[in-house]
Amino acid sequence: MSGTITRAEVEHLARLARLALSDDELDRFAGQLDQIIGAVARVGEVAAEDIPPTSHPLPLTNVTRPDVVRPGLTQAEALAGAPAAEDGRFRVPRILGEEA
Amino acid sequence: MTDELVRRTAAHTARAIADGEVSAVETTQAHLDRIGSVDGRVHAFLHVNADGALAAARTVDDRRAAGERLGPLAGVPLALKDVIATKGLPTTCGSRILEGWVPPYDATVAARLRAAGVVILGKTNMDEFAMGSSTEHSAFGPTHNPWDLSRIPGGSGGGSAAAVAAFEAPVAVGTDTGGSIRQPAAVTGTVGVKPTYGGVSRYGLVALASSLDQAGPCARTVLDAALVHATIAGHDPLDTTSIEAPVPAVVAAAEAADVRGMRLGVVRQFAGEGYQPGVEARFREAVELLEGVGATVVEVDCPHFTYALPAYYLILPSECSSNLARFDAMRYGLRVGDDGTASAEEVMAATREAGFGAEAKRRIILGTYALSSGYYDAYYGQAQKVRTLIQRDFAAAFEQADVLVSPTTPTTAFRLGERVDDPMAMYLADLCTIPSNLAGNASMSLPCGLAAEDGLPVGFQVIAPPMADDRLYRVGGALEAALSDRWGHLLIDEAPDLVTATAGEPS
Repeated sequence: MSGTITRAEVEHLARLARLALSDDELDRFAGQLDQIIGAVARVGEVAAEDIPPTSHPLPLTNVTRPDVVRPGLTQAEALAGAPAAEDGRFRVPRILGEEA
Repeated sequence: MTDELVRRTAAHTARAIADGEVSAVETTQAHLDRIGSVDGRVHAFLHVNADGALAAARTVDDRRAAGERLGPLAGVPLALKDVIATKGLPTTCGSRILEGWVPPYDATVAARLRAAGVVILGKTNMDEFAMGSSTEHSAFGPTHNPWDLSRIPGGSGGGSAAAVAAFEAPVAVGTDTGGSIRQPAAVTGTVGVKPTYGGVSRYGLVALASSLDQAGPCARTVLDAALVHATIAGHDPLDTTSIEAPVPAVVAAAEAADVRGMRLGVVRQFAGEGYQPGVEARFREAVELLEGVGATVVEVDCPHFTYALPAYYLILPSECSSNLARFDAMRYGLRVGDDGTASAEEVMAATREAGFGAEAKRRIILGTYALSSGYYDAYYGQAQKVRTLIQRDFAAAFEQADVLVSPTTPTTAFRLGERVDDPMAMYLADLCTIPSNLAGNASMSLPCGLAAEDGLPVGFQVIAPPMADDRLYRVGGALEAALSDRWGHLLIDEAPDLVTATAGEPS
């Protein structure tokens, strides 16, 4: 398991993560991420075929609480931090492409 | 008088206010004055809540005047890390993407502090979204270490630790995902505690890695840390990972400060190559000192701890790339490029490019990579198995010892700029603190002296099993007492006087 990541892969991953990157960032991150992935790939040295994975430090399942109504945010509070709002709603850019 | 008020412990301040020796307003004003005189150079605060703090202090004074019996921290000023949502106070997480955001609600931690009459002085600087070990990844400029202003205060909670070390606040609250409370405590000569995962509610903390994040106290003494711990801890129905059990008796343990009969396990893996000689020397002396006051010492072997750092840098980016997906420029925070023609996806990508700093971007890409199909088993899946093995190492070690001990971080405070463009070197600062986040148990860092080679503080880490947080305070209290007996004062009293001295500044 070698830690190699190309500039093209970084560009692809950034697109998946909805993150525009400049050419300069792509150049810099490709080298740094290659080094980091090389270092973290060491987890592969541990023989762990029969070891169960741990996703969380507490063994919890189906935590519930009584279904009691409690005060939430008002509409004005919910919209207070919005970059744009209109008619009491979040105003967002178009969500469909030109061809749709 | 002002200087004397800011040098008091939280315990002393609370007692003086309850006894009517000093008012909460006078105490708060003294701290605001101190912030005014030193924070231009330390930069611990991103926002100072002067009016709100004085109003909260006045309420405490009024309640006392009305004959009400006050709680153990009523009227005590406190600094909050800027990752904790505070109603009516800006919460930025050190990021441009949240610049100017004012939460419409309080985190449970903030609400409990306010209910206890604690006076919130302001919000402290941090690495962006708590990613870093130096505060240099803050979008608003780094915090400077009060011991030497040319050095890092640790991170991500460098602002909270520096505020406490610079006598701008007697206590603070931070969050610790891989060492962000403990490593700053170590390099600033202060006390910091990561409680057991689930011991303190995460409701209202802006999430970095949900299975690792935990809020906890920063202080100048072990008892003060315990008082804050007891105030913020305990079950919260708003956090489903909050533990439904009584809070360990941390205040009583700090007061008892008794290690007689306790077994300390020195972690064999946390020594040797990469550890500064002065760090190892102070650590060994502290172990001997604890042996001298009644503890027994054994060496414990935790072979998988050497894989904790690589496992962490797969698990954390995976969780953080998911958590930071919420910053989508739609409901709150920054929005860039919304010119009426750009699509939501284009606006999202442009906003995230403009709003996140380099470290956040690196970790988002790393996490997206580790979770990709084809790489998942080799990276995230394997890291989760290593996490199990680290928990098993802890379980075996805790059969031989009541607590484990190690240096908190391999070196003293490094220089600002030294590691900022070398992510792997930065990550090494959390080598000894990460295992406790992966396993979820409790850990403390407290000062154990100055390294001979550079005269900077060294941190001593104590690690306890889950929900045995009280043991941290027994050991921490005993070590603090033994060292204070030897020195005649606390280590922090040796820090340079920021008002008259110009530590680390060009003359």
